[in-house]
Amino acid sequence: MSAKSVIEPLDIAPNDPLLAYLVSSPGAVDIQQLELDSPAVRSMKAAGIKLAVPLVSQGELIGMLNLGQRMSEQEYSSDDRALLNNLAAQATPALRVAQLVRQQQAEAKERQRIEQELQVARLIQHTLLPKNLPQVEGWHVAAHYQPARAVGGDFYDFIEMEDGRLGLVVGDVTDKGVPAALVMATTRSVLRAAAESMARPGEVLRQANNKLCPDIPENMFVTCLFALLDPVEGRLVYANAGHDAPYQRSEAGVVELRARGMPLGLMPDMEYEELETQLAPGDAILFYSDGLVEAHNSNREMFSFPRLRELLARHVMSTPDELVDFLLDNLARFTGREWDQEDDITLVTLQRVHNVARHTAFATSMLEEVEPPPSDETQAAYGEETPGTDASGKASSTDAPMSAVRPADDGAIWDRITKFEIASRPGNERVAIERVREALRSVDLPARTCERLETAVGEATMNAMEHGNKYQSDVTVVICVELSPRAIRIGVTDQGEPIPLETEEPDLELKLAGMQSPRGWGMFLIKNMVDDMQVVDDAVGHTLQLTVHRERSH
Amino acid sequence: MANEPLEVTVRRLPALTVLDLEGEINGLAESRLNHAYADAEGAGPRTVLLNFSGVDYINSTGIALIVSLLGRARASGRELRACGLSEHYVEIFNITRLADFMSVFPNEEAAVSEAALGAG
Repeated sequence: MSAKSVIEPLDIAPNDPLLAYLVSSPGAVDIQQLELDSPAVRSMKAAGIKLAVPLVSQGELIGMLNLGQRMSEQEYSSDDRALLNNLAAQATPALRVAQLVRQQQAEAKERQRIEQELQVARLIQHTLLPKNLPQVEGWHVAAHYQPARAVGGDFYDFIEMEDGRLGLVVGDVTDKGVPAALVMATTRSVLRAAAESMARPGEVLRQANNKLCPDIPENMFVTCLFALLDPVEGRLVYANAGHDAPYQRSEAGVVELRARGMPLGLMPDMEYEELETQLAPGDAILFYSDGLVEAHNSNREMFSFPRLRELLARHVMSTPDELVDFLLDNLARFTGREWDQEDDITLVTLQRVHNVARHTAFATSMLEEVEPPPSDETQAAYGEETPGTDASGKASSTDAPMSAVRPADDGAIWDRITKFEIASRPGNERVAIERVREALRSVDLPARTCERLETAVGEATMNAMEHGNKYQSDVTVVICVELSPRAIRIGVTDQGEPIPLETEEPDLELKLAGMQSPRGWGMFLIKNMVDDMQVVDDAVGHTLQLTVHRERSH
Repeated sequence: MANEPLEVTVRRLPALTVLDLEGEINGLAESRLNHAYADAEGAGPRTVLLNFSGVDYINSTGIALIVSLLGRARASGRELRACGLSEHYVEIFNITRLADFMSVFPNEEAAVSEAALGAG
């Protein structure tokens, strides 16, 4: 019927009026006669197309049959047209089916591509996550990683340092899939390299951030917590680049270990606050990712931080594995069976075990959890319940066994609530004051006591920076705040030589008469702001130790 | 905490001259405080009131600066007063005995009306 069977492919713009015309026309259209302001019609006319038969399926134009001049060069007859319309009616569904099949094939291919990409992402992630848990004497470590289908960017790592300390990393890369996995891989290597060359978590994060910043794709960043455990002393030093703050679970309750710092990869030259906590036997720390706390149930409620904290407080500690299971059980109960996990979930727990001899008792008796002192002081300690409960009970939000059985021989046990360092630069005493104020916020103290302590710490820090460290900005002042049920103790340490305390009391009358320098108020103020002041000179440095009794502070 | 220098404004009232202090009184405040005090002294007031209501931090160096001002005032027969101190710094003015040599008022109104009475 048609002569020139091959016609140049025709591009029709989606807004070309020909399309609307064809959808509404009942059959074959005479193109040469068509008066329509349409680029498509003009090019069809130019190509010598005589007839166009629209193929319309369910009101949608899915194609058309274009016919050129008849071989006989005669016009198309009405029989021809009827035949063509008939053909169109039969060709349309077949064409539609073919189109759908092709579309599905394309989609399947895309799905396969995505699936392959996810496979790659999973592979990268699995290859880089630790194969084995570190074995550290006196400690239990457990980890659980549960990837979401789309593979978020969660990761964790253990770095065993040469000096016996253990580095712990928990992090989360924004974005998902292969890009996230690649950034995660880079972050892991950068952190490892930084951790091997320096031993300070804040410094490790600072360097990792500077390394990542130039290379990380735009709109991506990494939240990451880096902690360094001294397994012998039970001391954990940590810094945080915008990751969820870990929780420490101890006899006194659950404490959030906050430390300031921006996520990695956003801006170069960021500083990371470095803090420290002490783990007593039985204490545990939970590191986790937001996949846990941001899990939603079918009512769109979030699992949330308060729920996690409450569960931690409620859980009777035995081993970290059980804590992980306990949390996962509760998560499963919360989300229900039909849950589509939105994000990766990572849980890493670290627990200091009780002494080995008592270790086997865990499984049999949960109540033994609170460790009585090993010697015959036990009786005396049990007898002294009162001082133990009043103060530390307030700071606690848990119904777990309380610290009543701690030996309370007049403040023998000090809980460190913060320890930090500041550079010896004029004005930095304000930083020290601010940090101490923040740390004391969690302690129930009268405002007046806080202010007095702040003034004392400010003055002690000024002395330490000026006289001890001679304002060398690379020499730091270390400030440590500790708490016992009865008192607060703050140590301010500099690297100076032992110096005798100023003994001369400032005399205002002499000063006003110009017979004494107007200065010299520092030590005088400190002495008047605290209940006790001691000087300790040891290997650590020159420390001014300030103590305030909690009872007396009202 | 940014260690911003102290801002001092001199305000002359009929009964006395006020130094409105804003910020931190520490070592950095020295020249501004001394200049403002010299400025205040210019018109020869009998009483100068240090208004601490905008001050959130005074350290031992700041105390020393206030002691110097007090010494200068006494040498030229002027009276120095203080107002607007927080409870904590009132305590410090008591401990250092500064409060024995300069009257401490809770607020400016109290300090001014006392001065007006004294003058009249």
